[in-house]
Amino acid sequence: MARWGMVIDLERCNGCQACEIACRSENNVPVGGPQAAQENRTISWMRVLAETHGEWPDVRTRFVPQPCMHCDRPPCTMVCPVGATSLEENGIVNQIYARCIGCRYCANACPYTVKYFNWKEPAYPESTKDGLNPDVSTRPVGVVEKCTFCSHRLQRAKEQARTEGRILREGDYTPACSESCPTGAIVFGDLDDPRHRVARLSRDPRAFRLQEGLGTQPKVYYLAEED
Amino acid sequence: MTDLEKVQSLQQDERLLLLPLVRTTGTFWFWACSMAAVALWGGFAYVYQLRNGLGVTGLNTPEYWGIYIICFVFFIGISHAGTLISAILRVANAEWRRSITRSAEFITVLVIGFGAIQPILDLGRPDRVLNVFLHSQAFSPLLWDVLSIGLYFTASSIYLYVPMIPDLARIRDLGLRPRLLYSFLAIGYRDTPASRATLEKIIAVLAIMVIPIAISVHTVIGWIFALTLRPMWHSAIFGPYFVMGAIFSGIAALIIAMAILRRVYSLKSYFKDVHFENMGLLLLVMSVLWFYFTFAENLTVWYGGEEAELATLYSKLTGDFAISFWLMVACCFVIPFGLMCRRATRNIRGTVIASVAVVVGMWLERFNIVVPTSLHTHADVPGASYFPSWVELSIMAGTFAGFILVYMVATKFFPIISIWEIQEGRESSVEEVSTRVAGYLPDDEVETVVP
Repeated sequence: MARWGMVIDLERCNGCQACEIACRSENNVPVGGPQAAQENRTISWMRVLAETHGEWPDVRTRFVPQPCMHCDRPPCTMVCPVGATSLEENGIVNQIYARCIGCRYCANACPYTVKYFNWKEPAYPESTKDGLNPDVSTRPVGVVEKCTFCSHRLQRAKEQARTEGRILREGDYTPACSESCPTGAIVFGDLDDPRHRVARLSRDPRAFRLQEGLGTQPKVYYLAEED
Repeated sequence: MTDLEKVQSLQQDERLLLLPLVRTTGTFWFWACSMAAVALWGGFAYVYQLRNGLGVTGLNTPEYWGIYIICFVFFIGISHAGTLISAILRVANAEWRRSITRSAEFITVLVIGFGAIQPILDLGRPDRVLNVFLHSQAFSPLLWDVLSIGLYFTASSIYLYVPMIPDLARIRDLGLRPRLLYSFLAIGYRDTPASRATLEKIIAVLAIMVIPIAISVHTVIGWIFALTLRPMWHSAIFGPYFVMGAIFSGIAALIIAMAILRRVYSLKSYFKDVHFENMGLLLLVMSVLWFYFTFAENLTVWYGGEEAELATLYSKLTGDFAISFWLMVACCFVIPFGLMCRRATRNIRGTVIASVAVVVGMWLERFNIVVPTSLHTHADVPGASYFPSWVELSIMAGTFAGFILVYMVATKFFPIISIWEIQEGRESSVEEVSTRVAGYLPDDEVETVVP
């Protein structure tokens, strides 16, 4: 069984946020607009954070794209009272929107703050309504949602491979953020398959994970910038 | 003969304690209607929230929990007034308990429902609340919470009801209205020495059983926070700290209730200075314990010096939450300790002032637990803030008013002081206590005959 994971090269990321946009349109993420931004209620399954360290003249800023970390020991799944979020065998942490009761315990338990709550009925600009992705269900008000590593694409890739009578190859299944990244900073694949680039990159000396000390064992790795 | 005349012809204890059941003053109606109006307003606010979603609150990312969860912890804390305090006093054979247990137990049973609905008010999908039973996930502390609160509610209701049976039987025999209610609730009890002995045996067992259940409830609520990896929530002290705080706020709520009951129902001869003095001593002990726990919690965080924990700590000590933090310290320690450590201020007025401070302080403590940690995530979310909306504040006001209203109504149907226990105290416990005390003393020297 594959163990899907991601490696994001911070040296390559230039903060263009193409991944955010690609994710938003791929996954029918509602558009909250300036009001949601002002209220701190923006939903963004992929979010490029600008981190600034130090003070002038010794300042460094880097861009850190943050999807769900799909932890191997996810703190969010343990606390859910109704089992609406769980770690699948393939390493993806899912979210069952139809079962979620909206208590937001998982959102509080997540140390990465990447679980988003639908405070309001999801809204889409009129012009994008025809372009909603039929493969991804829209979420109702009052439930938690988050990055799924575009798991609907995995279903499609598996079906494609099966009709062609072959096994899944690297590149068959790529989330929208990785696909859209112009600098190729986001690499996706099976962390357990040595033929996949992510397996090699995740062992790179530059590789690290966010909040590693918490023991959550995220499957999103970062490659530190070179000096 | 009307009910009022019947009651007025009775002996002292029964007359005074049953009078509220048959005579309702204009002041009562005024307060009942005001409370009902506020509660209805809160109900309207909830309907508004149901129609528009949780977006009408001040909650946001990462302030996922706010007023509702604060009130949840707060009200369940208040509910520890009754059952736990009354059970401990019963088990300890504290004779001064006789006039206060019933009013304490009523607080528990009536407030616990108002506490338990808070997380449901907080749900994004209250229509799916039954999923908690249909798709239970046994590892979730929230599920443990549902179970322990359910058990506590059941146990404390039984613990309120069983010691009330002799009084209900007496009211049934007097024929007060509504007759059907009293004859149903009295379940055919006849006050014979044999049945009285059985009853006391059951009460003794219940009192012991209810103590661990009560402790489990607030421990589990503490664990809801402590079992996450959040700065200043992830702390082993939370279970005991929450239990201690619950008892603290419970005692304070009980003192306030006693003072009000004493005044409105002229129960000066039942809630005497000694009751307030003793409750004041309990409050004093708890305020010192509160200081100890709070000091231990904050010292551990400060000395450990972990970055995210420190940021949360300093937001309380000197930052955005400094006012609520230091006000909490004043209300939970400085005021109650200052007033209760002196005999001169350990009177009714002093204990009531201290109790009001403690109730306010313990609400603030719940605020200081929930909000600063919510806003201080490991992943720094810029510009995070929280201010409750009118909907949240209205629902909170409605909850307070609703509780006061049902408590008022309860005093109109049930004697708020246990009549038979007072009578029992008069009849037998004076003698019992002297025998007990005599038993503590060294036996008389048996004269030995010197040959």
